[in-house]
Amino acid sequence: MKIGQIATLAVLGIGTYVLMSSVYTVSEVEQMIITQFGKPVGAPVTSAGLKIKVPFIQEVNPIDKRVLEWDGNPSDMPTKDKLYISVDLFARWRITDPLQYFLRLRDERSAQSRLDDILGSETRNAVAKHELIEIIRTTKDRVPLRDALLTDAERKLDMGSLVPIQKGRKQVEQEIFAAAAEKVRVFGIELLDIRFKRINYNESVRPKIYDRMISERRQIAERFLSEGNGEAARIRGNRVRDLNKIQSEAYRQVEEIRGVADAKATEIYAGAYNQSPEAVAFYEFTRTMQSYKSIIAENTTLVLSTDSDLFKFLKSMTPGGDVDPVQTPGARR
Amino acid sequence: MPSNPWGSGAGSDPPDLEALVRQGQDRLRHLVPGGGPGGVLVVAVLALVGLGAWTAYYTVPSDSVAVVQRFGKYLKDVTPGLHFKLPLGIDKATIVPVKRQLKQEFGFTTPGATDPYQSPRGGERETKLETEMVTGDLNAALVEWVVQYRISDPVKFLFEVREPSETLRYVSESVMREVVGDRTVDEVITIGRQEIESEALTKMQALSTKYAMGISIDQVQLKNINPPLPVQESFNEVNQAQQEKEKLINEARRDYNKVIPLAEGEKDQRIREADGYRLKRINEAEGDVARFSALLAEYSKAPEVTRRRIYIETLQEVMPGIRSKIIVDEQTRSILPLLNLDTRKGDQP
Repeated sequence: MKIGQIATLAVLGIGTYVLMSSVYTVSEVEQMIITQFGKPVGAPVTSAGLKIKVPFIQEVNPIDKRVLEWDGNPSDMPTKDKLYISVDLFARWRITDPLQYFLRLRDERSAQSRLDDILGSETRNAVAKHELIEIIRTTKDRVPLRDALLTDAERKLDMGSLVPIQKGRKQVEQEIFAAAAEKVRVFGIELLDIRFKRINYNESVRPKIYDRMISERRQIAERFLSEGNGEAARIRGNRVRDLNKIQSEAYRQVEEIRGVADAKATEIYAGAYNQSPEAVAFYEFTRTMQSYKSIIAENTTLVLSTDSDLFKFLKSMTPGGDVDPVQTPGARR
Repeated sequence: MPSNPWGSGAGSDPPDLEALVRQGQDRLRHLVPGGGPGGVLVVAVLALVGLGAWTAYYTVPSDSVAVVQRFGKYLKDVTPGLHFKLPLGIDKATIVPVKRQLKQEFGFTTPGATDPYQSPRGGERETKLETEMVTGDLNAALVEWVVQYRISDPVKFLFEVREPSETLRYVSESVMREVVGDRTVDEVITIGRQEIESEALTKMQALSTKYAMGISIDQVQLKNINPPLPVQESFNEVNQAQQEKEKLINEARRDYNKVIPLAEGEKDQRIREADGYRLKRINEAEGDVARFSALLAEYSKAPEVTRRRIYIETLQEVMPGIRSKIIVDEQTRSILPLLNLDTRKGDQP
C-alpha cells in the first residue's frame, strides 16, 4: 500500500519533470537555438509561443530578437587638426543570423566587446581624417542668428559666424557606419546605425579653448564700451551743434523782426514828417524843443545872451526893431 | 503577477514556471509522512488551486494598459480595471503606463524620481559630462534640458527595442549636440533657445519614429544654459559692457535733453520779445505821428505864435531845473573869461 503510493507519486513526479523538460516557451523578444550536446540542431525557432523539444538531450539557448544598444566608452583621440577630443558613440544593432551569432560569439558580452573593437577603431580612423568642426557641425550652409545688439561689434571682429564645413557630422557618422557594418556582418550582426553621443574637448585642451573664449568676450566687451563712448560723443556733438543752430536762428529772426519794425517805424515817421516843407520845419522845431527837456539837466551851466528870444525883453520892451521874429533861439551850453 | 515595465521579466519567464512546479512538488513531499494518501492529494490540489487563484487576476491602473503574453507570445492589450488570466505563469501581463507623461532630465536631477531613466545616472561626473557641448564656432557651453515623452505603442515599447528608455537618452543627447553643434555660442546661450528646442524636438521625433521604440516625444525644453565656469566671468563682462554702453548713451542723451528743449523755448521767447518790440515800435510811431499830425494841423493855422508859445513853454519848463544860469549882455561880453568855471568841474555833464 505505502510502496504503491510512493511509486504513484514518483511516476507522477518523473512524468511532470519529463513534460517540463520537453516543452519550452519562446517570448516575443527572443529566438531559440536548439543545441544537442552543445551542437546546434535545426533552424532557429523565431516565432513566439509554447514549443516542444526532445527532453534532457536538447537544450534551448535564447538569443535576443530586439534592437540592441551599444554604448561605447568615451575615448580620447586626435582630430586631423591635432585637437584632442573625447568621443562617445552609441550604436543600435540586431542579431539577424542567430546561428552564425551563436557559433561565432556565443553570448552578448563577446558581441559587445567585438563592437567595442570594431567601432572604436573605425571611429579613430574617421576622426583622425577630419577636422573637429566636421564632426561638430551638420548643416553646411546654415546662417546663424545674430543678436541685433551684437551685430556691429561682431561683424568687425568676424565673430558670431559658424566655421565652414565640407562634410558635416552626418557624413562622418555615415563613413564610420559603412566601414563598421561590413566588418560586423560576419558575426550575424546587422548594424542599424551609429551616432555621436558626446564630443568634447579633452581636459588638456580645455584651458586653451577657455582662454580663447575669454579673449573673444573681452573684445566684444571693449567694443561695446567704445561704441557707447563713441555714440555719447556723437550725441554731445549734436547737442552743441543744435544749441548753436537754435541760438543763432533765434538771433537772426530777432534781428530780422527788429529790422522790419524799425523800418516800418521809420517809414511811418517819414511819411508824416515829410509830408510838406512846413511839416519838416515844424518837426525839427518841436523835436528840438523836446530834446531840451532831456538834454538840459540840473548841473548844466547855461550862458544866455540878452539877445536871445527869451531874455530879449530884459533890456527893452522892443529890442532891436529889426529883430527877425522867426529867429532861431540862440542857446549855448 | 504584473511586472515592472522596465524590468526584464520576459526573459525569466520559463524558469518561473518551473520554479512554481518544483515548489508545488516540495510542498507535496513535505506533506507525505503526515497524512494518508487521500489527504496528501487533497492538500496538493488545494495548494495548486490556491496558487492558481493567487496568480489568476491582476489590476491595470487607469493610466496604463496591460500587454498579455501567453507562453511568451503576444496575446492582447488590456484596458484598465480588474482582469483574469491563466495562472501559474502561463499568461503574463506587463503593465505599461501609456497615459502617463514621462520625462527625462539631462544635466540635472530632480530628487525623488521613481523612473530610473528620468535622471542622469553615474553621479555628479556623468551629469556634468552630459551638459558639456561644443558649439558651431568651436566654443564650449553647458546645456541642461528636459525631454517630455509618452509611451505611444506599448507593444513596440516592449518588444521592438531592448532598452527603449536608455536608447531615448542616447538619442536625446546625440540630437541636442547635433543641434547645438550647428549654432554659435551666442545663439545657444541667448538668442537661439526657442529655435534649438523646436529643431531638437523635430529631430528627436524623427529618430524615435525611425527606431520604432513606441515612444512619442511631446516636448524638448532647455533649462540652464551657461558658458563653462572659467568663462562665465567674461560673459558677465560683456553684459556689463552692454549695460555700460547703454548708460553712456543715455547720459549723453540726458545732457542733450537738458539743454536743447530749453534753448528751443528761449528761442521762441526771444522771437516773441522781438515781435513785441516790433508792435511797440509801430504803435509808438503811429502814436507819435498822430500826435504830430494833429499838432501840425493846428500849427499851420497860426505858425508864428505857436512856435513862440512852444519855445517859451519849453524853456520855462527847462530853466528852473538848472542851477547856474548866466545871462550876459552883448555889450559886456568881456566878463566871460573871468568866470571861474573850474569850480563846477565835477558837475560838468
